[in-house]
Amino acid sequence: MSSVILALVFGIMFGFILYKTGAANPHRLINMLRLKDFTLMKVILFAIGFSSLLLFVLSSVGILNPHFSVKTAYIGVIVGGLIFGIGWAISGFCPGTSVVAAGSGRKDAYVFIVGGLLGAFVFTLMYGDLKGTFLFDKILGGKTTLANTGIDKYNVILDSFSAVYVAGAIAVVLIIISFLLPSRVKN
Amino acid sequence: MNLLKAKEWDWKVSGVLLGLIFIITVAVVKPIGVSTQFVILDGIFWKSINKELIVKDDTAKKGYSSTNPYFNKGGGKYAKNISEPLNYSFVFVVAMIFGGFLAYKLQEKKEDKDERVIPKVWSESLGNSHMKRYIYSFIGGFLVLFGARLAGGCSSGHMMSGMMQTSISGYLFAFSTFIVAIPVAIVLFRKGE
Repeated sequence: MSSVILALVFGIMFGFILYKTGAANPHRLINMLRLKDFTLMKVILFAIGFSSLLLFVLSSVGILNPHFSVKTAYIGVIVGGLIFGIGWAISGFCPGTSVVAAGSGRKDAYVFIVGGLLGAFVFTLMYGDLKGTFLFDKILGGKTTLANTGIDKYNVILDSFSAVYVAGAIAVVLIIISFLLPSRVKN
Repeated sequence: MNLLKAKEWDWKVSGVLLGLIFIITVAVVKPIGVSTQFVILDGIFWKSINKELIVKDDTAKKGYSSTNPYFNKGGGKYAKNISEPLNYSFVFVVAMIFGGFLAYKLQEKKEDKDERVIPKVWSESLGNSHMKRYIYSFIGGFLVLFGARLAGGCSSGHMMSGMMQTSISGYLFAFSTFIVAIPVAIVLFRKGE
């Protein structure tokens, strides 16, 4: 039961924050993809860099014992990403932002979610036929990270360096880019 | 700036708070993910019309098995979450709806009514037809969720949570989505301001 309460609190917080970043506004998202308005890109790069830095620094000094959960890399990640990209660009929504936008009352988000439920359902029906194909062939070691998470089952690419330095360097680069990117691009 | 009433936050405030919610959730429970829950909701609907879809099964790792191979994945993980929807991941996504609702309610300046259906950049290029916007949204939703399930995650799970952990799958997904989405958006919305 306590996990449900946590889910409520964190879910409301995440939805609220996502809305206020502007991510649930398809106008902003489409203009990011058109390379006209980098506000959201700045937010995303900063958030990834900042959370990654905290995650690896705090866990290396033992303050945090995070629940790492690294996803497998396989061909379908690329193919699925390409399909995702088309839908993302023509609608201006992704799964998370559509849920938040629907909560704010956007009707186009309701329709996106209905389409999404159908897309997810078609995949559910096709999975049995797809799972033996090349689409699910692992690449780059499957569950692989650049920085060492300290979890044995995950492969590490840069394992001769301390995780804090690897993740920290990536994080610093992401944060620097987030500051350097202009908010708006003039024609 | 009043954080609750603002339409949007300054990007640095957004970045810090978005980063914090990702780190808090991974510290306390697990990384944030959204697209799986579309499958869970599909399963809940499907199960309500087909009672034999998912059954209790002590031999399955998670205690449930299904006639559908996808629901059986990971020892019946999805089958379990469909049968017991009051679980962390599903409630989290449902709660996001309330987060969006609250944020909009508290927002002082609201957008133009039409812009709540058709984004400005969208109407500049593709016109003011609500029906056209709905058709594109529907197809967009279909492709996004089909793609996300094939990829095993979406912007939250792969891109944000993944790249936060320096996961290769996260970088791959981000690269693949942007490499298509950027040219599609540039061409489709070329008449936009």
